[in-house]
Amino acid sequence: MNIIVCIKQVPDTAEVKIDPVTKNLVREGVKSMINPFDMYAIEEGIRLKEKFGGKVVVLTMGPPQADAILREAVSLGCDEAVLVSDRAFAGSDTLATSYTLSKAVEKIKEYDLVICGKQAIDGDTAQVGPGIAAMLDIPQITYVRKIEEIVDGNITAERVTEDGYEVVQTKLPCLLTVVKEINHPRLPSLKGKMKAKSVVIQVWKAADIGAEESRIGLKGSPTWVLNVFTPSPREKGKIFEGEAKEAVDKLVDSLKGLIY
Amino acid sequence: MLDYLLTEEQKMIRDLARQITDEKIRPVAAEYDKSHKFPWDVMKVMAKADLFGVYIDEKYGGMGGGVFELCLATEEFSKGCAGIAICYSASALGAYPIILHGSEEQKMKYLPAIAKGEKLAAFGLTEPGAGSDASAIATTAEKKGDHYILNGVKHFITNGGDAEIYTIIAMTDKSKGARGASLFVVEKGTPGFSFGKKEEKLGICASSTRELIFDNCKIPKENLIGREGTGFIAAMRTFDMSRPGIGAQAVGIAQGALDEAVKYAKQRKQFGKSISSFQGIQWMLADMATETEAARALVYASAREVNAGVKDVGMHSAMAKLFASDVAMKVTTDAVQVFGGYGYMKEYPAEKYMRDAKITQIYEGTNQIQRNIIGMALIKESAK
Repeated sequence: MNIIVCIKQVPDTAEVKIDPVTKNLVREGVKSMINPFDMYAIEEGIRLKEKFGGKVVVLTMGPPQADAILREAVSLGCDEAVLVSDRAFAGSDTLATSYTLSKAVEKIKEYDLVICGKQAIDGDTAQVGPGIAAMLDIPQITYVRKIEEIVDGNITAERVTEDGYEVVQTKLPCLLTVVKEINHPRLPSLKGKMKAKSVVIQVWKAADIGAEESRIGLKGSPTWVLNVFTPSPREKGKIFEGEAKEAVDKLVDSLKGLIY
Repeated sequence: MLDYLLTEEQKMIRDLARQITDEKIRPVAAEYDKSHKFPWDVMKVMAKADLFGVYIDEKYGGMGGGVFELCLATEEFSKGCAGIAICYSASALGAYPIILHGSEEQKMKYLPAIAKGEKLAAFGLTEPGAGSDASAIATTAEKKGDHYILNGVKHFITNGGDAEIYTIIAMTDKSKGARGASLFVVEKGTPGFSFGKKEEKLGICASSTRELIFDNCKIPKENLIGREGTGFIAAMRTFDMSRPGIGAQAVGIAQGALDEAVKYAKQRKQFGKSISSFQGIQWMLADMATETEAARALVYASAREVNAGVKDVGMHSAMAKLFASDVAMKVTTDAVQVFGGYGYMKEYPAEKYMRDAKITQIYEGTNQIQRNIIGMALIKESAK
C-alpha cells in the first residue's frame, strides 16, 4: 500500500502574528513545527505501511526551510519526502494550495491513500484536505477517528460527527483527514534520525508538477482576508419555557426580533 | 553546559534521550517512585527509539557506539528519573561481559535481542556474603559432562526478575579463590533458576532489585563466558567499562536537581523578593553548577577513553564514578536545602533526587572501593 501524507509547517506558538497590512500570517523569525494534527496523519500512514507493506511519501508545500519538517517526518518512519517549493506559490489560499498539492500527488502517481490532518492550527480552515480530494476527483472521508478495515480495494472508516460517529465505506484510492483520537504518534528512532539526516528531499517547482500559472499563488487565490480576529465565545443558549405552543410562540417572536 | 564537541550521532542520541525524558519519563517518575512497578512502558519507548543498542556493535544489531554513547543516554534519562534510567543501563552492565569476553556464537545469540531492547540483561555478582569482597563468592558451578550445575543465591540484583539474560559469577574451583571464579549466561526460565525477595529501597524505586536463586540449575557448557577461572577478571573489566555509566547517572541526577533548584529559586518569594535574588542562594547554585559541570567533564573524558580502546582505564573510570557520585549527593542535598521545607516534601521533586543520588556512591563498587582502585593504581604506576 502506497500512502501519501500531506503535512504543513506551522509556527510553533499559540500566539500567531498577523501582518497588519496583508492580513497574512507572519512566518519569518518564528520557530516552526509540524502541524500537530498532521502528526496523527504521519503515524497512521506509518502504521498502515507496517501492516500492509509499501511506502509512505510525505509531501508539503512551503519555503525551502520546510525541509526541516519533512526530515522530521522521515525520522518517524516515512520513506520519501517531497517539497513543493516555488516563489510562484507565494500567497496561496486554500484553493491554490489544494490545487498545487493535488498536482504533486498526481506526479507521485502511484498511491492508494492520501492522509491529511483534520486542519492546521494556524489557519484552522480544514479545507485543504477535502480540496485535494476534489481536485483529484477521488473519494474522501474527513475527521476519521478509526480505520476499521482495508480489504479488496475498499476502506471502511469511522468519522467523527458533531453528535457521534458514522461508518463510511469507499473505494481506494481515497483521501482521509484524521482526528487526534485515531492514534498516539510515536517518537522518532535513532535509525530514523540518521536516515532523516541523509535522505534526499525531492524539490519540485511549479513547472515540475505542470501547474497552471493562473491557478497557483496569489493569482490562483480568490480568498481575500479582510480581517482576522478571535470570535467572541458562543453565548449561552436561551431556553423558552412553558407549554409547547406557548414556548414556540415565544421562540418565533424572539427569532422575528433578530431580523433587521 | 560546556560544548563537548559531540559528533552528529552523539547529539542525536542525547536529543532523542532528552525528548523521551521530557515526554515519557518526567510525567511518570513520581508515580513509579511510589508504585515500585517496573517501568515496562518506558523501556518499550527506549527500545523503539533504538537506544538499547547505542553501545553495541552494528554487527549484532546495535548502533555501533560505545560507553560514551551509553553515558549520554543514561545522563539524560537520569535527569528525569534515576530509577528508570538504571533499568536501562543495568541491561548494559549485564551485556558487557558478553561483549568483552563472549564467543562469537554467544554474541550472535544474545546481543541482537539486547540491542533491540526486546530482552533486558542483568549482571549477578553480589551475594549476601560477597559485596566489595567479590572473591568471597559462595555460588558454585559444578561441571557435569556437557553441563554446569549452579547452586547458590545472588542478591541485590538490578533488573532481577525482569531481565531475560543474566550474566552470573560462580565458583568453578573454590580452592583457587578469585582465580576459581567463572562467568556464565543463564536465561530466565531455566529450570532451577528462580527469583526471591524483591527489595524495598531508599531510592531508584522504579528499578527492581531482587534475589536470584540457583537450585541445581543446569545450564549447557556453552554458556560459560571465556575460560574457567577468568570470571573475576572479566567482572573487574566489566566494571572498568560500566563505571562511567554510573558517573553519567550521577551527573544526570545532579543536573536534574540543579535545574529544579534554579526554577524554584526564581519562583519562591520571601521578604518580598524571589529567593534567587539573594547572594546566599546564588552562591549555592553556583557551586552546584560548577561541581556538576566538573563531574560531567570527568565522566565524559573517562568514557571517551574507554571508547578509544585505551588499555588500562580502571583508575580514570573509578575517578569518574567516585567524583560524580559524591557531587550528586552534595548537589541533591543542597537542592533540598534551596527548596527549604518544600524540599523535604514528597510533593516536590527535590527529595527524590537526593534519595536516588545515594545509591551512586554505593553500587558498582562503593566509593571506598573506588579509592582503593585509584590508590592501588597510583602505587603501581609509581613502581614502573
